[in-house]
Amino acid sequence: MIPGPFRYRRVSSVEEAVSLLAQLGSDAKVLSGGQSLIPMMKFRLAEPNYVIDINRVPGLDFLEERDGLLRIGALVRESTLERSPLIRERYPILHDTALVIADPLVRNLATVGGNLAHGDPANDHPATMLALRAQVVAKGPKGERVIPIDEFFVDTFVTALEPDELLTEIRIPVSPPRSGGAYLKFERKVGDYAIAAAAAFLALDESGHIVQAGIGLTNLAYKPLRATAAEQVLIGQPPSDELFREAAERAAQATDPVSDLRGPADYKRAVARTMVFRALRRALERAQANG
Amino acid sequence: MERVPITVTVNGRTYTAEVEPRLLLVHFIRDVLNLTGTHIGCDTTSCGACTVIWNGRPVKSCTVFAVQADGTEILTVEGLERDGQLHPVQEGFWEEHGLQCGYCTPGMMMTAVALLAENPDPTEEEIRAAISGNLCRCTGYVNIVKAIQYAARKMRESATAGVGGA
Amino acid sequence: MTATAVRGIGVPVKRKEDPRFIRGKGTYVDDVKLPGMLYMDIVRSPYAHARIKRIDVSKARAMPGVIDVITGEELAKANLAWMPTLMGDRQMVLPTERVVYYAQEVAAVIATDRYIAADAVLAVEVEYEPLPPVLDPFEALKPDAPPVRPDRDQKTNHIWHWEAGDKEKTDRIFQEAEVVVAQDLYIPRIHVASIETCGCVANYDPATDKLTIWMTSQAPHAHRTVFSLVTGIPEHKIRVISPDIGGGFGGKVPVYPGYVIATYATLKHKKPIKWIEDRSENLQADSFARDYHIHAELAANRDGKIRALRVKVLADHGAFDAAANPSRFPAGLFSVCTGSYDMEAAHVEVDGVYTTKPPGGVAYRCSFRVTEAVHTIERMVDILADELGMDPAEIRFKNFIQPHQFPYKSPTGWEYDSGNYPAALQKALDMIGYQELRREQAERRARGELMGIGISTFTEIVGAGPSHTFDILGIKMFDSAEIRVHPTGAVIVRIGVQTQGQGHETTFAQIVAEELGIPVEYITVEHGDTDTAPYGLGTYASRSTPTAGAATAVAARKIREKARLIAAHLLEVSPDDLEWKDYAFRVKGAPDRYKTMQEIAFAAYTNFPLGLEPGLEAECYYDPPNLTFPFGAYVCVVDIDRGTGQVKIREFLAVDDCGTIINPMIVEGQIHGGLTMGMAPALFEEIVYDENGTMLTGTFMDYLLPTAVETPHWKTAKTVTPSPHHPLGAKGVGESPTIGAPPAIVNAVVDALSHLGVRHIDIPITPAKLYRILQEKGVAE
Repeated sequence: MIPGPFRYRRVSSVEEAVSLLAQLGSDAKVLSGGQSLIPMMKFRLAEPNYVIDINRVPGLDFLEERDGLLRIGALVRESTLERSPLIRERYPILHDTALVIADPLVRNLATVGGNLAHGDPANDHPATMLALRAQVVAKGPKGERVIPIDEFFVDTFVTALEPDELLTEIRIPVSPPRSGGAYLKFERKVGDYAIAAAAAFLALDESGHIVQAGIGLTNLAYKPLRATAAEQVLIGQPPSDELFREAAERAAQATDPVSDLRGPADYKRAVARTMVFRALRRALERAQANG
Repeated sequence: MERVPITVTVNGRTYTAEVEPRLLLVHFIRDVLNLTGTHIGCDTTSCGACTVIWNGRPVKSCTVFAVQADGTEILTVEGLERDGQLHPVQEGFWEEHGLQCGYCTPGMMMTAVALLAENPDPTEEEIRAAISGNLCRCTGYVNIVKAIQYAARKMRESATAGVGGA
Repeated sequence: MTATAVRGIGVPVKRKEDPRFIRGKGTYVDDVKLPGMLYMDIVRSPYAHARIKRIDVSKARAMPGVIDVITGEELAKANLAWMPTLMGDRQMVLPTERVVYYAQEVAAVIATDRYIAADAVLAVEVEYEPLPPVLDPFEALKPDAPPVRPDRDQKTNHIWHWEAGDKEKTDRIFQEAEVVVAQDLYIPRIHVASIETCGCVANYDPATDKLTIWMTSQAPHAHRTVFSLVTGIPEHKIRVISPDIGGGFGGKVPVYPGYVIATYATLKHKKPIKWIEDRSENLQADSFARDYHIHAELAANRDGKIRALRVKVLADHGAFDAAANPSRFPAGLFSVCTGSYDMEAAHVEVDGVYTTKPPGGVAYRCSFRVTEAVHTIERMVDILADELGMDPAEIRFKNFIQPHQFPYKSPTGWEYDSGNYPAALQKALDMIGYQELRREQAERRARGELMGIGISTFTEIVGAGPSHTFDILGIKMFDSAEIRVHPTGAVIVRIGVQTQGQGHETTFAQIVAEELGIPVEYITVEHGDTDTAPYGLGTYASRSTPTAGAATAVAARKIREKARLIAAHLLEVSPDDLEWKDYAFRVKGAPDRYKTMQEIAFAAYTNFPLGLEPGLEAECYYDPPNLTFPFGAYVCVVDIDRGTGQVKIREFLAVDDCGTIINPMIVEGQIHGGLTMGMAPALFEEIVYDENGTMLTGTFMDYLLPTAVETPHWKTAKTVTPSPHHPLGAKGVGESPTIGAPPAIVNAVVDALSHLGVRHIDIPITPAKLYRILQEKGVAE
C-alpha cells in the first residue's frame, strides 16, 4: 500500500524531461497518468529512485487532424478521447477503446501515451494502434524519431523507446472513405484487463471489397499482437460472415495466451475468435455507413 | 529523505506543507489536513472510496502523489455543503437511502457531483457507467442511482428556476 | 398524537445516521486520532505451511522511527502467543514455531508513522523452512496427511463430527424410495470484503488504568469479554468502542491477531497503537466464508413428493476453528437444509477439517451456514424436478410446508414460526409473468438461443437464539435494550447490538416511537460502547431485529405500564380505567380525557404517585423463545452468450417476507444489498489458492466485487407473515437475499441448458467454466 521512497522531479518541457532521462537512465520512471506506475510502486514492484512528472509539460495534449494524420499528444487523457466529438465521429474505434480502459475515474488521469509506453500486452490501446497502423513519435537527446507501431512493441513491458526517450505523440493515418473500425473487449467486470479483446479496422473499395484490414489483439500473447495471417485472409475479398469467421479463426490461432484466473488458454483463444468476428462485423457496419 | 514543499487548495482553503514525494494524496488529505471524510478501501486503485475532485475531474486520490497536487484545487466531501446548505447530491443520498454503512459514500458522491456537472440529465445506464469505478457492498447500487437521479432533478429544477426568476 | 407525528412502525423514516455520513463526518476506526499515537503493521508469511527457523528484527529495529518489533517469542512470555477462538479452539496470535497459512501474522512493527511501519515490515528478515501444504480437505483426512495442528492432543486434521436428524428413518426411506437423486456440490471460499477493512486503535491509559479499544467490531461486548479472558484485565477496566463501521457482514465478528497484538503493544508502551490492515491483508488473512464440500441426496415418489434428504458435508475450516457458530452448532444452522419443504425425514452429517488456510467459516452475510443449506436444497429440488420432467415451480408447490402446518417441526428439529410459501411463490410468478417467460424460452430455444428461468424458495433461520440451545463460548445469545425517557419527553435508547450500516439508529427509534407514542425525532439510539450499552451479543446472522428489537419493544412496554400508573394519577382514575389508544392513555369511554407520553414523562419527575419510584426507564434482556424464519420466493431470468460463456441477468424479482416491516425503505435497501452479495458468489467471487497454498485472489484485481454495471436493477416485492412469538411480529431480513439469490441464479443457468442434459454447475459460474460446458454440449459459438 505504501510506495518506497524516491526523489521527485517535475519538468516543464520535453527537453528537460529528456535531459533528466539521459542523466538518470533506469534510475528514473516517467510519471504521466500514473495509473499503472503508482499501483506498481505501491506494491513495490517498481522502485525507481527518481520519478519525473511530465504532467505540466505544455503542448503534449493536442488532439487534431492535420496533414493527413490524426495526431494525439502523449498526455491526452483517456477521458478526453472518450468525450471528443472528433474521435466519436471519425475514429469510433478509439472511442470504443477508451471506453473500456479501466474505469471512468482512472480514465480522468490515464494517458494515451502512457497506455502505449508501458508496453503491457494487457493494455487496450496497443491493439487498436496496431490495427490502425499508427506511428509513435519519440524525442531523445539526439532529436525526434518516428517509430512504426509494428516495431514499437518488443517484449512484455519492453518497447522500442530508449531509456532516454520520451513518447510525445501518436499519429494515425486519417481514415479513408468507406472505412471503419471497432474495438471489442470481453472482461470479467468493469475495470479488469481483457480476457480477450480485438481491434478491427476495414477499408473497402468502390465495389465493396476489402482493401485494407487491420486486426490487433489484447492480452493474448507476450506482447500486443497483430493478426497478420487473419488480415491476409480478408484482403481483396467481399466481406461476409463466413469470411470473417475464417479470419477470426486465423487470428485465434495466432494467439498464445497464458492460462490464468481469467481462464485457460484455449478458452481465451475461443473468446478471441468471438471478439475478432464481432469486431469485424461492427467495423464493416461502420465502413458501410461511411461510404 | 527529500521533502518537497507543496501548496494545495482544498475546499477553497489553501494549505502549505512539506511532504515526502511518496506521500499519497489520500494520506495527505486524511492525515495531514485531517479531512477524514475521504476513505481508503483497497490497495489496487479498484474501489474508489478515495475519490476526490481534482481540478474539476473526479480521481482516485490513492493513486496520485500529494506532490502532484501542488498549486491545484481539490474538492472533497467536506466541501460539498455550503453555508449550511447540503449539496443536492448529499440531499439525494439522504432522501433516497443511497447509503447504508456510509463508507463508500463520500467517493460515490464526488463522482456523482462531477457527473452531474457534465451531464445534467443522465440515464440510468449512464449513471451506472459513471459510478463503475466506485464499489459499494451495502446498497446494491439501486438507491445510489435513485439518489443521483434525485439530485439531477433538483439541480435541473433550480437551474430553470434561476433563469428568468424574480 | 398521531401516527403521522410519531412515525413509528411501517414508516419509511429518513435515516437519522445519515447527516454525518453525507458530510464525511462519520468516525470510522481509521479516523480516530489520539496524541502520541503509534502505528502498527504486520509481517506476514509467504508460505502456507513452514517452520520458522529464525526471525531477525535487528535491521527493522534500527530504522529511525521504529519503536518496537514484537514476535511470538515475546508474546509467549506473556502467555499471549495463543488465544481462544469463539469455537472453543485456539489460534496463534503470533507463531513461535510454525506458520499454518499464507499471509499469517508472523511479527508486528510499531513505528511513529504508517509509512515507516510499512518500510520496517520489509526490513524484518524471517527464515522459513517450507513444509508441505495441506490444501485439500479430503487429502487432509488421510492417515498420512501432515498434521496442521500438532499442538492438539488428537494429531489428525479432523476437528469435529456433527449430526442432526434421524439417520435410521432416513436411510430406510432411501432404501425403499421410488426415485433417488444425488449430487456433489462445492461452495467455494469467499470473502466479505466490506469496503472498510479491519483495524483498531488500542489505548492503555496508565493514569486511569483503563484500556480503551476502538475496534471494527460487530459484537463489542463479546469482544470485551474475550479480551478480558485473554489479557486477565477485568472487564470494567476494558472499554471496547465500535464507532462507525464500514460494513461487517460477519467479517468483523472474529478476534483477529492484529487486535490482540495492538492491545499487547499499548499495554507495553502505554501509548495509543493504531493498526489498520490494508486490503491485501484483509483478503488474504481474515476470516473467509463457505468452503463446504457437499454430497446431497433426495428421496422421492415418482409423482414428485419429496420423502427424505440426506446430506454429508466436509467443512474446510482452515488452520484454526475460528468460525463464530453457537457452541452446539459447529456447522451452524446448516440443518435447516430441509428448507421450505415438508418431508418425512432427513439426516445431516458434517465433518470439520483443518487445512493450511486462514481460519474462519463465519461471515459473508450469512454467519450460520444457512446459505450452504439453502443452496443445497434449492439445487436438489431442481435436480429432482429435472429427473422427473417436472416444472420447478410445480414441484415446489407440491412440496411446500402449508400455512396450516405452522408452527412446523422440521425433521432436523427446528420449529418454524410462521410462513406462507405458496403465496410468496405465486406472487413472484404472477409478477414476473412466468408462463409468458416459459413461452419465450421455448421460442428462443428453437432458434438456438440460451435463456433460463430459475426459482428459489428459501426459508431463512435467524435471531439466534434461545438460551436453552444457543451460546457462544458459553455466553447465551440474548440481547438487550435500555430505554430512558427524560422529563421533556426525549428518549435515549441503548442497545446491545451493533450496526454496520443496517440503520439501527433509525429502526430502533421507530420501535420506541411506536410503543411510546413519542415522535421518532425525539429518540436517540446509542450502541457500540461497552461502557454504556447494555450487554449484547452483537449484530450478525440477521439477529438484531429478532433479539434486540424484541428487547426494545418489551422494555418500551415496561415503560408504558409504569406510564399507565402515572397517567392514572394525573387523570385521577384507576389504571384499569385507562386504555392505550392512538398513542395516549385514554379514559375508557371518554377518549378526550387522555395523557400523552410527553405529559407522563414530565410527571414522572415532577408529579408521580406516592410510593412509585420516580423516573421513567426500563431495560430488557430478551431471551428469544425461538428463532424467526423469514422466507422468500425469487425468480431470475438469464441469457447466455454462446460466444463467451457470459451470463447476463436480464431480470431478477425478489419477493421477501420478513414479517412486520419496521422501515420499508431500509428493508428494501437491505434486500438490494443482499441480492448483490448473492449474485457475486454465484458469478464472480472465489478465493483461489495455487498448489503451494498461496492465495491468488488477494486483491480486488482478482477478487471480483460487482460494480454498478454488472449489478442488475433489482426488483423487489413483499408478503407479510408476522412471527407469532416476536413482540413486533418482525423477523430480520439482511441475510435472506444473500441466501436466496445464488440458487435462483444457478437454477436459471442450469435451466437454460437443461435441454442439453446439464443438471448442475458449481458456483461461481464464470464465463470460462460455462463456455467449457457449452463446448462439451456442442453449442459454443
